[in-house]
Amino acid sequence: MKKKSFLEKAAAVPHFVWMILFIVAPLLFVIYFAFTDSNGAFTFDNILNLSSYGDIFLMSVLFAFIATVVCLLIGYPLAFFMSRLKPSAQKVFVLLLMLPMWISLLIRTYSLLAMLDNGGLLNSLLNAIGLPTVKIVGTRGAVILGMVYDFLPYMVLPIYTTLSKLDVRYFEAAEDLGCSSVMTVFKVALPLSKSGIISGITMVFVPSISTFYISQKLGGGRFDLIGDTIERQFLMNNNKNVGAAISLVMMILILISVAVMNRFGDDDGGELIV
Amino acid sequence: MKVLSKIYMALIFALLYAPIIVLVLFSFNRAGSFTNYSGFSFYWYRELFRDSTAIDALKNSLILAVSSAAAATLIGTLAAYGISRMKNKYVKAAVKSVTNIPMMNPDIVTGVSMMLLFAAASSIPFLVVEMGFWTMLIAHITFNLPYVILSVLPKFSQMDKHLTEAALDLGCTPSQTFLKVELPFIMPGVISGFMLGFTLSLDDFVISHFVSSSDFKTLPLYVYNQTAHEVKFSMYALCALMVFAILILMIVVNFVGGGKTDGKVKKKKKKTA
Repeated sequence: MKKKSFLEKAAAVPHFVWMILFIVAPLLFVIYFAFTDSNGAFTFDNILNLSSYGDIFLMSVLFAFIATVVCLLIGYPLAFFMSRLKPSAQKVFVLLLMLPMWISLLIRTYSLLAMLDNGGLLNSLLNAIGLPTVKIVGTRGAVILGMVYDFLPYMVLPIYTTLSKLDVRYFEAAEDLGCSSVMTVFKVALPLSKSGIISGITMVFVPSISTFYISQKLGGGRFDLIGDTIERQFLMNNNKNVGAAISLVMMILILISVAVMNRFGDDDGGELIV
Repeated sequence: MKVLSKIYMALIFALLYAPIIVLVLFSFNRAGSFTNYSGFSFYWYRELFRDSTAIDALKNSLILAVSSAAAATLIGTLAAYGISRMKNKYVKAAVKSVTNIPMMNPDIVTGVSMMLLFAAASSIPFLVVEMGFWTMLIAHITFNLPYVILSVLPKFSQMDKHLTEAALDLGCTPSQTFLKVELPFIMPGVISGFMLGFTLSLDDFVISHFVSSSDFKTLPLYVYNQTAHEVKFSMYALCALMVFAILILMIVVNFVGGGKTDGKVKKKKKKTA
């Protein structure tokens, strides 16, 4: 075996240094700040006091959960129908799906606000035909709608990707053996696209639970989610220690749920091979 | 069934695009309202550009996007080269997973952790750390790196090993081989990595929000500040401009970058709050 040249050995070094300085070290500081008080003395108080944020955690989980379920219910049929199209049409729809993902979420949230706000398009139209203004912004529904609107493409794309790789003959076989088209979806497509569903759920749930400007803009500042709380602790209250503790707990919660989700995916993959 | 599925798809895509299209259309409405349309006009765009902070924000955004994407492309391409040559698969897996942390973590955690790092660094004597261009540059390079590596690394594994061996046998030094054989081959990945980084940096709000100061504002930060209280039609104009910019960038990425690696990266994406 030939020896590695200097270039081969040194090429990744700047990246290693960068990783340690700006990925690993910042996360260590989150842990450090979470377990110290403002003077730098070790304490468990930040973590123990988190129980007062229990309602916020609960509401964030609930909102994110509802948004994820709605995204799955809307997104799965969309992904399924897309995967049944002609290849050329599929390409167009994939591009159409990706374009919103590339437009800043800030702008998309703002455009939704322009539609739903009291002086927005929807209410202007309602007023024009003599109906009273509907107050949407500032309700729970608006926040959840914002999450669904912003993150729906993240659900559809991974599901579509797994579905489009499936052999069409599975579906043909199912239908030949007497499955109705609805049953084919439930008995063939759904189990075979589990990995796509799982990554879709992760990609919607994680940003939903940590968002802060969706709730700020569409919730009219009336709903404090975990993200809002973290943002406030860091940028307004200037209580970095409490903020770090909340961030740490959220990160651990997310890591656990992602790990659990992936576990489901792996088990399923194993079954398929057997 | 066929017809129903078509209607369903049309409906969802219409809902997905309606707010953006409305925003773009009404940014050209001189009247500045949703109820009366007084004809096509660039009034709000002129209004926008009369605001010097908007121009500054645009400049800042472009400077930051170009420099962070360039730096991330340089570090990331070299890193992909190094990673592709690694023999120990555990080290390789470890490096890859640490690299992907900023992609997996919620943006707010990345932003907050960076802010804490800078806060801690500023307590070191003689080290002056002020939130601004440099802190944002570091943050943007950090979240761009995994995307660059993800688009370059597959190119190295797609490459025929015999090509490099042939170059070495014919007398090239390893660095000559890299420049003359490997770099041209991986170039599409490098370019799409750069474009991805550029786009992500231009788009980023959440991470920037935590590592910026009022001296150096990018467009998304400016939009965020301006939309705090009321609906402003000049902001619609700005948002419309950003949508156009993304549209053009996406077309460029799809035509230049091409290939399968793109798809992979885009799926992993991104960048959420």
